[in-house]
Amino acid sequence: MAHVNFVHNIPFFSIFLAMFCGIITPLVKNGRTARKIHGTMVFIIMILSAILLLNVSENHETFTFMMGHFPAPWGNELRAGPLEALMALTFSVVMFLTVMGGSEFIYKEIVPEKQNLYFIMLNALFGAMLALVYTNDIFTAYVFIEINTIASCALIMAKGTAQAMVGTTHYLVISLLGSGLFLLGVCILYSITGHLLMPQMKEAVVRLMATGDYHFPLLVVTGFMFIGIAIKSALFPFHSMLPGAYGAAVPTSSAILSGLVLKSYIILGIKLVYGVFSVDVMHQLKIVDVLFVFGLAGMVMGSLYAMRETRMKRMLAYSSVAQIGYIYMGIGLGTRIGMTAACFHILAHAITKTMLFVCCGQMVEDSGNKEQIFHLKGAGLRNPLAGIGFTVGALSMVGVPLTAGFISKLYFASASVYAPGKMAAVLVVLAISMILNALYFLPSTIAIWTPAKTEDQAKPAHISVSPAFGIAVVLFIVANITLGIWYRPFIHIIEMGISLLQ
Amino acid sequence: MNHLATNFYEAASVILFGIGFMNLLLQNNLIKKFIGLNIMDTAVYLFLAAKGYIFGRVAPILTNGVVDADYYINPVPAGLVLTGIVVSVSVTAFSLALVQRLYKHYGTLNMDEIMKLSREEEGE
Amino acid sequence: MALSEKKSFWQKLKAWIDGEEILINADKYISTREKPELPHFAKHFSTESVRSNKKLYRLMSVFVSLVFIGIMLITVTHLPTFGEASNPSNNEVAERYLEKGIEETGAINFVAGMILDYRAFDTFGESNVLFLAVICVVMLLKRDSKNISAAEDQENAEDDVFDMEDLKLILKKGSKTIAPLVMLYGIYVVLNGHLSPGGGFSGGSIIGAGLILYSAANGQKKMQTFFTFRTFTLISVACLLTYCGCKSYSFFTGANHVGYEIPKGVPGAILSSGFILPLNICVGLIVACTMYGFYALFTKGEI
Repeated sequence: MAHVNFVHNIPFFSIFLAMFCGIITPLVKNGRTARKIHGTMVFIIMILSAILLLNVSENHETFTFMMGHFPAPWGNELRAGPLEALMALTFSVVMFLTVMGGSEFIYKEIVPEKQNLYFIMLNALFGAMLALVYTNDIFTAYVFIEINTIASCALIMAKGTAQAMVGTTHYLVISLLGSGLFLLGVCILYSITGHLLMPQMKEAVVRLMATGDYHFPLLVVTGFMFIGIAIKSALFPFHSMLPGAYGAAVPTSSAILSGLVLKSYIILGIKLVYGVFSVDVMHQLKIVDVLFVFGLAGMVMGSLYAMRETRMKRMLAYSSVAQIGYIYMGIGLGTRIGMTAACFHILAHAITKTMLFVCCGQMVEDSGNKEQIFHLKGAGLRNPLAGIGFTVGALSMVGVPLTAGFISKLYFASASVYAPGKMAAVLVVLAISMILNALYFLPSTIAIWTPAKTEDQAKPAHISVSPAFGIAVVLFIVANITLGIWYRPFIHIIEMGISLLQ
Repeated sequence: MNHLATNFYEAASVILFGIGFMNLLLQNNLIKKFIGLNIMDTAVYLFLAAKGYIFGRVAPILTNGVVDADYYINPVPAGLVLTGIVVSVSVTAFSLALVQRLYKHYGTLNMDEIMKLSREEEGE
Repeated sequence: MALSEKKSFWQKLKAWIDGEEILINADKYISTREKPELPHFAKHFSTESVRSNKKLYRLMSVFVSLVFIGIMLITVTHLPTFGEASNPSNNEVAERYLEKGIEETGAINFVAGMILDYRAFDTFGESNVLFLAVICVVMLLKRDSKNISAAEDQENAEDDVFDMEDLKLILKKGSKTIAPLVMLYGIYVVLNGHLSPGGGFSGGSIIGAGLILYSAANGQKKMQTFFTFRTFTLISVACLLTYCGCKSYSFFTGANHVGYEIPKGVPGAILSSGFILPLNICVGLIVACTMYGFYALFTKGEI
């Protein structure tokens, strides 16, 4: 009998715990009880992921976990290493803080009898994201992508307004297009390799590249799968679903969708790059260059769109488009250091954008639910905590030193040195994009700290900040600055994770 | 070209996929849009089912007590199609429910009109 | 503002900082079209600006779809030949499912053995998708304070009155004979899922069709005497929990190589193949409830 290592059960246990909590939540009548179940579950998974991370990074190991009694080419498999564990930890921390800070919005904006259903979706979404991070099987990835899609659409439409429905329809159609392309890619890949598990697929792909068989289908498949993932993660030309959906949803939903859900697809993409297609094949098929170009375009265009938006949430949505562009640009550099920068940016953006959305939601609520930027004038004075949170988030997005955003931009810049022929483009676009970021984040930050002129805006509405919101924002700020100052251990773990992925 | 005729199931399925895709892009009626999505899904299942078939073999259920891999077709695509069908049913139900809610509110199924009305509402 | 044309740079900057005006009209730099945009559309441009130019949009869509079909047809010519036994997908994986399937899972329907035992994680995800979809439909269509209208209430009340009267005698009597038979057939398909074509999903849809027939003929009031929202939730949750429990047990024991004591039975007998039969029953019940739930929510907004 083989040695039983409990730590290796953590990925399986996390996914099933999240799913289990999703399944039992309909029995709960009350939104607040459902929230407690959700919070406890995420907290347990946070602790478990931290244990897993410590363990795998200490042992420099990566392991596979057999889902059932049958070994790799026959049964399903999970796979975990430092990178996966770090991502799971980030997801659970951000999820925990977001729901902690944003639970008041859920209670206020969703009809009471359906609040528990919202938490079902949240639990299932969390389970599906963990499954996407850990899975080692491409068809399982497809099934959990669909769970992700349905649950994220449900989070958008939970508010029940007509705006939210329109936003959801748009989001649903585009997401389904993305998953359809991904499924088609999976089918063709299965028909030319004969496997569904990533390691076996990789062997087959390397063999096919060596013999030159099925070269054209392989190119098409790679294209389809990455277009599918790009559509789902809202890379620049496919971003049109974001503003409508995020603008109409509950702030908590917008935060989770933009901070975590988009990232889970990108992480799947990174796993595909290393686990199925391998970096050499990606270079030979020129996929990295295409991703690079679209990433650069997204960085500039997302910021330009954000500049012309006068509504806060939509502005943040366009800013997400720009940040997704950064991540794809890092992947597109095609080097290991570029990938490290992209992974670090995933952490930085997850932690920053969720804070921005939560604080923005709070300020919009304090200003009488109007979200034009000039309505928000003085919002920071009315609710200083939300204002400070927003300011720190904005500074991090612009890339001011001591914040998480600065480190990732620094790493992108230094990664470009090692990518021949791409350095100039990266540096120029990075500079332009940072200036544009500053141009749209600074006015809104100045606006929220400017006292309002007119009487009705300045009226001191009795604003009650729930203690949970306060704690969450403080923790978000602490996490952001921690990432900005003690970034070395994280970079170290990411580098180790990427080298073990190959 | 000759190969296209032998792989006619796959060829038909990709043409169907394209038709579904075109429907999705061109139709303004929301229900027709989602029918387009359904056609796309179905095309993928046809593709998968065709990939599993092998000439002269029987369906993968024990027949005449023969336990031999050369007697049956490949069971993997069948399993994938089963999973896929359930996913597509769920998504269709969800999207039609959305359409019903939108129709109740706006009184139309035309995507452009809905967009226009929603923008007007927002502008108020 | 009458002087808006002649604002100085600083005034403009100030207005922009206040969020009252946009500094750079990005349209000028981004938009590729020559035609001046309508002021209404200028505020929103994403797909809308493309969409507003109907003809171009349609041409582009047709073009993209045709290019797509073209690429795919070329791909198809490069794919393995249809129906050949030597194709890459007919490898050791499929071989083991077919040759050792009976011994390892106990099911003589190899597909059932494959999806419920070898690759059970996918199927677990799949039943969760179904569950989430029905919850979504509940969220969208079940009556609540934001989704209610007097007209619909009246319509439902009229339906109930109509259902109560003995106007559709043939339909009611007929449904009382046919619906049980339909459900019985569904139960047969579910229970024989590991022995013959069928299984949880197909059998469950047949049972669901029986429930829908009964409800359509006899009215929802009658249906609610034995099938309410509470029953619906309890059955779905109980089945999914069983599913989750069985699979956690089998994944946990399998991965840690600890004992796994589920009798496989004699292949071909109804009580065989370990967990596959109970799982099929669970899936069947979930699907039956879901199908009826979709019908009830779409027609009445209530289960």
